[in-house]
Amino acid sequence: MATVDDPEGLAESRSQGPRFQTLRRDAWWRPMLVTIAVLLGFIVYGTWVAFTNENYFVDPYVSPFYSPCLASNCEHATLPVIGDWWTLSPALLILPFPLGFRLTCYYYRKAYYRSFWLSPPACSVVEPHRSYTGETRFPLILQNVHRYFFYLALPFPIILFIDGIRAFFFPDGFGMGLGTLILLTNAVLLGAYTISCHSCRHLCGGHVDVFSRSPLRYRFWQFVSRLNIRHGEIAWVSLFGVALTDVYVRLVATGVISDPRLF
Amino acid sequence: MADHEVHEFDVIVIGAGGAGLRAAIEARAQGAKTAIVCKSLLGKAHTVMAEGGVAAALGTVYPEDNWKVHFRDTMRGGKMLNNWRLAQIHAQEAPERVLELEEWGALWDRTEDGRVLQRDFGGHRYARLAHVGDRTGLEMIRILQHKAVSMDIAVFMECTIVRLLKDGDRIAGAFGYWRESGKFVEFKAPAVVLATGGIGKAYKITSNSWEYTGDGHALGLWAGADLIDMEFVQFHPTGMVWPPSVMGILVTEGVRGDGGILRNESGERFMFRCIPEMFKAETADTEEEADRWFTDRKGARRPPDLLPRDEVARAIVAEIKEGRGTPHGGVYLDIASRRDPDYITRRLPGMYHQFKELADVDITKEPMEIGPTCHYVMGGLKVDAETAAATVPGLFAAGEVAGGMHGANRLGGNSLSDLLVFGRRAGLHGAGYARSIGARLEATSDQCEEIARDAVRPFDRSEGENPYGIQKELQDTMQTLVGIIRTEEELLKALDRLGELKERATHAVAEGNRLYNPGWHLALDLKSLLTVSEVTALAALERKESRGAQTRDDYPKMDPEFGKVNVVIRTKDGEPYVDQAPLEPLPQDLRELVEAT
Amino acid sequence: MAGTSTVTLRIWRGDATGGGFEDHEVEVSSGEVVLDVLHRIQATQAPDLAVRWNCKAGRCGSCSAEVNGMPRLTCMTRMNILDQTEPITVAPMRTFPIIKDLVTNVSFNYEMAKRVPAFQPKPKPPEGYRMAQQDIERVQEFRKCIECFLCQNVCHVIRDHEENKPQFAGPRLFIRYAELEMHPLDTGDRRELLQAQMGLGLCNITKCCSEVCPEEIHITDNGIIPLKERVVDRRYDPIAWLGRKIKMRRSGRAE
Repeated sequence: MATVDDPEGLAESRSQGPRFQTLRRDAWWRPMLVTIAVLLGFIVYGTWVAFTNENYFVDPYVSPFYSPCLASNCEHATLPVIGDWWTLSPALLILPFPLGFRLTCYYYRKAYYRSFWLSPPACSVVEPHRSYTGETRFPLILQNVHRYFFYLALPFPIILFIDGIRAFFFPDGFGMGLGTLILLTNAVLLGAYTISCHSCRHLCGGHVDVFSRSPLRYRFWQFVSRLNIRHGEIAWVSLFGVALTDVYVRLVATGVISDPRLF
Repeated sequence: MADHEVHEFDVIVIGAGGAGLRAAIEARAQGAKTAIVCKSLLGKAHTVMAEGGVAAALGTVYPEDNWKVHFRDTMRGGKMLNNWRLAQIHAQEAPERVLELEEWGALWDRTEDGRVLQRDFGGHRYARLAHVGDRTGLEMIRILQHKAVSMDIAVFMECTIVRLLKDGDRIAGAFGYWRESGKFVEFKAPAVVLATGGIGKAYKITSNSWEYTGDGHALGLWAGADLIDMEFVQFHPTGMVWPPSVMGILVTEGVRGDGGILRNESGERFMFRCIPEMFKAETADTEEEADRWFTDRKGARRPPDLLPRDEVARAIVAEIKEGRGTPHGGVYLDIASRRDPDYITRRLPGMYHQFKELADVDITKEPMEIGPTCHYVMGGLKVDAETAAATVPGLFAAGEVAGGMHGANRLGGNSLSDLLVFGRRAGLHGAGYARSIGARLEATSDQCEEIARDAVRPFDRSEGENPYGIQKELQDTMQTLVGIIRTEEELLKALDRLGELKERATHAVAEGNRLYNPGWHLALDLKSLLTVSEVTALAALERKESRGAQTRDDYPKMDPEFGKVNVVIRTKDGEPYVDQAPLEPLPQDLRELVEAT
Repeated sequence: MAGTSTVTLRIWRGDATGGGFEDHEVEVSSGEVVLDVLHRIQATQAPDLAVRWNCKAGRCGSCSAEVNGMPRLTCMTRMNILDQTEPITVAPMRTFPIIKDLVTNVSFNYEMAKRVPAFQPKPKPPEGYRMAQQDIERVQEFRKCIECFLCQNVCHVIRDHEENKPQFAGPRLFIRYAELEMHPLDTGDRRELLQAQMGLGLCNITKCCSEVCPEEIHITDNGIIPLKERVVDRRYDPIAWLGRKIKMRRSGRAE
């Protein structure tokens, strides 16, 4: 950023007030630690899953980490556009998109800036950095492309929903297992997370100044706004949803548990 | 002490509420070099407390409404004691002033077809109050503030004026101090607009903040201007009564406008017993009719809960006095049983929040406990209706500090429109007057020195009176002896006590230094507070009748002779004295408007 | 009914040259708020204790301070929500220069307000403006702001980095910009200014402003993030940029 003139001397303005780290007495560090634990846990688990390249499919269930499957080396290729020259885990082909979506998500940004970067660790607690440039420089200026990750992430819940539908069709015919329900729930949660995104809210109507002239956009915007209020909670729940869905498929695939059939 | 800061302007406006901001905007628009001087930060003035709305006959909800009906309602509400020309100009210009704010960014709540929505209020025949939820005043002050900031108007925040300066018999400026540093500052200006608001801090139970110490009233009087109607202090019928620390905080009349009703301890809607003769013809006399009115304006008359404020406040006091009050000494205001929770939180979000946070009461589930609270003074500087000029050349007044517009009682919503209409006129004519003067006027330098010397006296004493103690006694005196219901005996007692307090206040002590020292500030504010208290008691004593906000137990009836005069306060040798001045007779065509049913 | 107890208030006393915390023991009755107790101390123990306040009803936003470390309006902080067995600390807002005791110099906010380009309305049609309620509700939320400056105070961008002050308008002003940008009658475009000079990009949406807002305005979700998205439209989104160009070519206007 260029040098800014400061005729009013705003920069030098704090003087001999009280100096302290924080005067808060509540457990302000608790949300921070919880966030760190959960996100780290997910990263470790997710990385392991992405690289294992096995036990992600047990007919008719597929783990969300491996869907859609774009490589021909897949156990259940959805759309094999990548030839057999690809020998790594097929999960690596698709995971960058939802990962990027979550990484640039306005909610997760708050969560990791606070807990991992301590900027700030909690409200009215001093942050430890000497200087601060926010999202004005590379790489953080790239957060502004969040809407493109939104576009790229949009197909995923749809594909996972199709997976959920396919999970009614067992090798021995039509039916429903606990896994069917889990897959469908996961798809709905991911859908809710994607749709409730701030960029989506802007694109579907938030950019309009006179709503009464765009009634349809206004309806969309209202719908998304209602979900958006819960975006943070949905972000957590859907994150757990993905992990637990994978755990379930994995446990069934390895035969640790057997999938109870509801009918 | 001669080396104080000096600023020169064409117009200075004292007070940054709605009236002050509107005056400054107009003066600046006329090309005058303009400054605003205010005791608080910009945007904190008492206008933010106005909740319900601004009255203007826009006719968006009821096309039958027009300035004539508004004028009629205002005069009847004021018990015909209003300066009719002020009331007429007010009713005629209010719609234009309200719509003008839209061009500056205001966003009033809307009707279905996209026009300005209007709400019902006490004493107004039609739904007439343009509003923004229950934070109309905040919206207005913010819009005016933004407008003023964009116009190159100098703003002196946290700066208290202690005296006006004069050159001969003309105004030459004002003298005051920075609250922050305690340093003195002189403003040279041929035109001074007073827009300082009211005197509510003279009372113990009040909806007014610390600023409301009657500065403008006192500054004007000390500079030789006349005050009128000072006996008329409005007690808003609905202030909070519990817990004690929030006693007096306002509960908007909008609660009743939106369907809330008053009940006594046993649940009775007592207002039906308290409908005065003057309003019988237009007030519902059964609960059924009153409830029907909210949906059927043509076929039903308005509920008695929406009578003018003086009537409702008196009824509540009587109810409490006769032992039918609530445990905390109020009556119930109930909207919970009348409207669904969604409606209440949408229409009255501020009230919902206020009761929830401060009293642990959920107004969508339980009734509120309320009682009268000092709210507004109808009296103020006598002004010329066309120009808002006070009786001293160069002095103008607008808003609550000006008298005559509201007569014996103000209707809700008329104060926000008053301050827009006459704020603008004061700025316009203040600028015009400054232009006509041309040359600078000079206050003699010993005026400033004397004021400054007097102001720092509280620091010279090592022992003396605690200003907080004096203020408390003054508030108790006014509350108990010059309150809603008055008698000669009590008023005389009050004058006695005020005399004592005045003497004690000359020994008030300030500890510490002049840097942001609230104790010192209060010691200085006491002067105006004592002055306005005294003149209120004097005026109340002079008016030997009950009319509007003045209720005399010893003269319980309206006296036609007193209906022809204003009580005037003037000064002789610095001491206030009381006098009477005949009202200007109402022209025949306007009389017909008022007498129309 | 009105029970009383004694508590210790640990109040920061001092001025621009320095100061420290001082303990005051004081009576508290039930239902009281922190400001009531400060007033009692003023009236009985320390007449020169500097406190800024006005309405005492949460509507003017004057009495901001930090109670037990959290930015709050002292008139809306009931004593019974605080742990009264320990001293309760009351400190001035940290982000602004001290004047005296709990009073700070908040002129930063007024300077930033001066830099906001004013409202630029569409021309008024002869029959007056028409706006639907749904057009104004978004902006009405921002207008609830009482300018208590708690959001400005808590924002780490300037709270912990004073050097950012000249180039950062702060949450209060961001919702002022949002109010103008989303106003159904406004024709101005302040997006470039916001990003280039008002420091919108410095905000890392950590939401403390929303957490402390006494009016419960969704400063981040409804104000700052939509502004960031609007800036993206103008600055960082090639598709939106292309769309604009095509639209403009069609209507034959220059930017």
